[in-house]
Amino acid sequence: MKLLAFLMTFSVGVLLLIASLDLPDWSNPESPASTHLSPHYIEKSLEETSVPNLVTSVLADYRGYDTMFETVVIFCAGITVLIMLRRTFMGIEKYVKPRPKRESADIILQSAVRLLVPVMQVFALYVVAHGHHSPGGGFQGGVIFGASFILLAIAYDLKVELKKFREHGVLIFSVVGVLIYAGIGIVCLLLGGNFLAYAAWAKMLGISELEAHSLGMLGVEIGVAITVMAIMFSLYADLSSSGDLDEGL
Amino acid sequence: MDDLLVFIINNYNYWVALILLLTGLYGMISKNNLLKKVISMSIFQSAIILFYVSIGAKKDATIPIIEHGHNSHGADHAVIDVANYVNPLPHVLMLTAIVVGVATLGVALALIQKINQVHNTIEEDEILRDLQE
Amino acid sequence: MIQNQLPILIIAIPLFCAFFISLSMGKNKTGVYLLLITAMFGSFIASCMTLLQVINSNSPIHYHLGGWQPPFGIELVIDHLSGMVLVLISTIALLTAIYSFHPVRKDISDRAHHYYALFCLLISGLLGMTATGDAFNLYVLLEISALASYALLASSVLAASRGLAYFATFKYLIMGTIGACFYLLGVGYLYIKTGSLNMADLSGLLNSDILLQSVTIKVGFILMIIGVWIKMAFFPLHGWLPNAYSYASTTTSSLIAPLMTKVSVYIMIRLMFSIFSVEYVFHTLPYHQVVIWMACAAIIFGSVSALSQHNLKRMLCYIIVAEVGYMVGGVWLANESGLTGAVYHIFADGMMTLCLFMAAGAFIFKTDRESIHEMTNIFRRMPVTAVVFLVGGFSIIGIPPTCGFFSKWYLITGAIEGGQWLFVASLLFSSLINCIILFRIIEIGYFPKFDSERSTSNEKAVKTNEVPLTMLVPMVITACSLIVIGLYTNEIISVLIRWTIPAGL
Repeated sequence: MKLLAFLMTFSVGVLLLIASLDLPDWSNPESPASTHLSPHYIEKSLEETSVPNLVTSVLADYRGYDTMFETVVIFCAGITVLIMLRRTFMGIEKYVKPRPKRESADIILQSAVRLLVPVMQVFALYVVAHGHHSPGGGFQGGVIFGASFILLAIAYDLKVELKKFREHGVLIFSVVGVLIYAGIGIVCLLLGGNFLAYAAWAKMLGISELEAHSLGMLGVEIGVAITVMAIMFSLYADLSSSGDLDEGL
Repeated sequence: MDDLLVFIINNYNYWVALILLLTGLYGMISKNNLLKKVISMSIFQSAIILFYVSIGAKKDATIPIIEHGHNSHGADHAVIDVANYVNPLPHVLMLTAIVVGVATLGVALALIQKINQVHNTIEEDEILRDLQE
Repeated sequence: MIQNQLPILIIAIPLFCAFFISLSMGKNKTGVYLLLITAMFGSFIASCMTLLQVINSNSPIHYHLGGWQPPFGIELVIDHLSGMVLVLISTIALLTAIYSFHPVRKDISDRAHHYYALFCLLISGLLGMTATGDAFNLYVLLEISALASYALLASSVLAASRGLAYFATFKYLIMGTIGACFYLLGVGYLYIKTGSLNMADLSGLLNSDILLQSVTIKVGFILMIIGVWIKMAFFPLHGWLPNAYSYASTTTSSLIAPLMTKVSVYIMIRLMFSIFSVEYVFHTLPYHQVVIWMACAAIIFGSVSALSQHNLKRMLCYIIVAEVGYMVGGVWLANESGLTGAVYHIFADGMMTLCLFMAAGAFIFKTDRESIHEMTNIFRRMPVTAVVFLVGGFSIIGIPPTCGFFSKWYLITGAIEGGQWLFVASLLFSSLINCIILFRIIEIGYFPKFDSERSTSNEKAVKTNEVPLTMLVPMVITACSLIVIGLYTNEIISVLIRWTIPAGL
């Protein structure tokens, strides 16, 4: 096995070394990657979508279809972990994890976390909402929001956390997020545009097409944030308790 | 000799990605412990992400956020110089690839937990021995 | 208006169905099943109408997502080839959805709604992969269908699999990730040299001599093709397939086994002829002879391994490995008959594999046994299932009225035209082996054992014990379609496949 691995790695390495002979120099402004598509995005994005953060405008508008499926990937992973772990396996007795006795609650940790979590959550909302103008967006905000729940679950215990944020709630949140994204897309279709062509919203909301693009992007970013937040927590909860949703780590 | 040196230095981003990629690939195939395989898988994916992100780099350019963009709502904005901003497309693509990586990692960890419940080990050779019985 | 929006509806209907099934929380199982069937039927109708549009207008349909012009936005491109594969996928999905009612209740009763949600995600991923015209979008959808298939494969609680499905799926996950990452790396090389991700745009840019000679592009092409080969289990890279598919539950294997490999073959054809060109693949790169040898090895290895199996599903899995060899070999023969045969075989083999796996699944569903030696008296116990299995088997061998004969005919014609005698020999060899396999099963299933005393007493005791109607109907439809496709071969080739042959072949 080691020999096979070495041979495969070696041949792939040789292949990639050969490929390097013809690469354009690093960070050369004249390389094809920087001259073919990217000038259009850089020059036209503000004009066509009124969003200064180019990553957001390419992510949520020009390549919004990709991003929708990216959210679906996260959703799919969430369900996959659920279907695998949240089920007792037939014919094999349940594996019992040796659990150390839990120490009495750590007051410093818990108070610090109590102070930290609201700040994190507000910051997450800021990251989502300000994604048009500064680094940020749905994924980043969603992950920070999810991390705040995970922090609570680590400092206290998973059961306490799950009392606040039930499993059904997590699942509903994760579906609602993707549904917001895909729903915005399908409404565009009903309003006479193509799928995810946010300009179609303009007439219904009574705003200009530019504003409709900006607003549509905000909408899908919120959808992404909700799904990512819910699935991040769901992944942690299921993996840390091997699907039993008990005290966890 | 100088040419070679210039070539190596000009593409050093690529060498870093290459070394990480091969490390990951080797680990994924040769490691016996399933968890180590998954760690190698993450390294492998990170190497590709690094490769892509470095495609977007451009000399003397800053992050792809138009300066003072929010004051001018589309109509009367200043002229944008393409040379000032890096290529945003690889960043977008890699955001997707990172998310895919996280999803695969989650599924792989869940599978490992299940394997551990069934076979009571996560060493590949012990699992294979278990399978033969 | 709806006419213009059909391409996205094909993909969006199963996607929305997945969300609504998840929201249902598994409260109403029959409702979930009906929703699934409705969605698959809707997707099927949409893909048939799209294909009709393509045939009538005789030009590909371009759908710009978000209203952005390609190459800046993503577009869906539906031409004769992808339209045909879309119809194939949605047909198989619809039939399997109908078939799934009882097996899913038996195998995965408590989590059926999650299972069906993943079913829908898998289908919408595969449909999206087929329709997309963007190289990076293809990667994202590849990963969705891969993740969904890991989940479906590992969700088996069949008594016979004893939890072995998890380790098999883990291996598939590792191999699948390597494959997808190779593809992604290949796209990266193309992007670094051309700066584009749209397939049509890439193909235009790659028309220049400087880029055609570039080693970076060559390595990119090789990496992409190897990545897709891993996904389709082509011969030296097939190790994950037999275990992963044979431990899966009944519905999963009848869904995934026909679909994943065929869609991967479609992607290979798309990469070779839509991004690159005939000229580039067969003349600039001197490798097609090697690929044909590999295909021959795949066919011989797959057939011989199938012969040595006693487990019914495992045997079928090795037949798939051999069939992948047929298709890859046919494409790389580099002539018109070969490619016609390969494209026709995607269609025919999808239905054949579906037929065989459904029949095998029905047998396992009823008896909980997987060995072919347990198939005694199958013609008496389950006459319809046995006949369906027989039709599928005839098609795999290539007996005339069935579609398997015609695809093999074209493949062999192509191989003779190209002077690839080894490929001809391995095709015939594989037919022979399939013959032996099928007749062994007929012998076990039809003729009573030699031990006369026991058999007479058995015969009286054996009663007809067929599977429920929801399983029988799709099986019979599939078996009939094998013959119908075979009878309409000329029409299918002149209306559809003729247009998929790229210029210069």
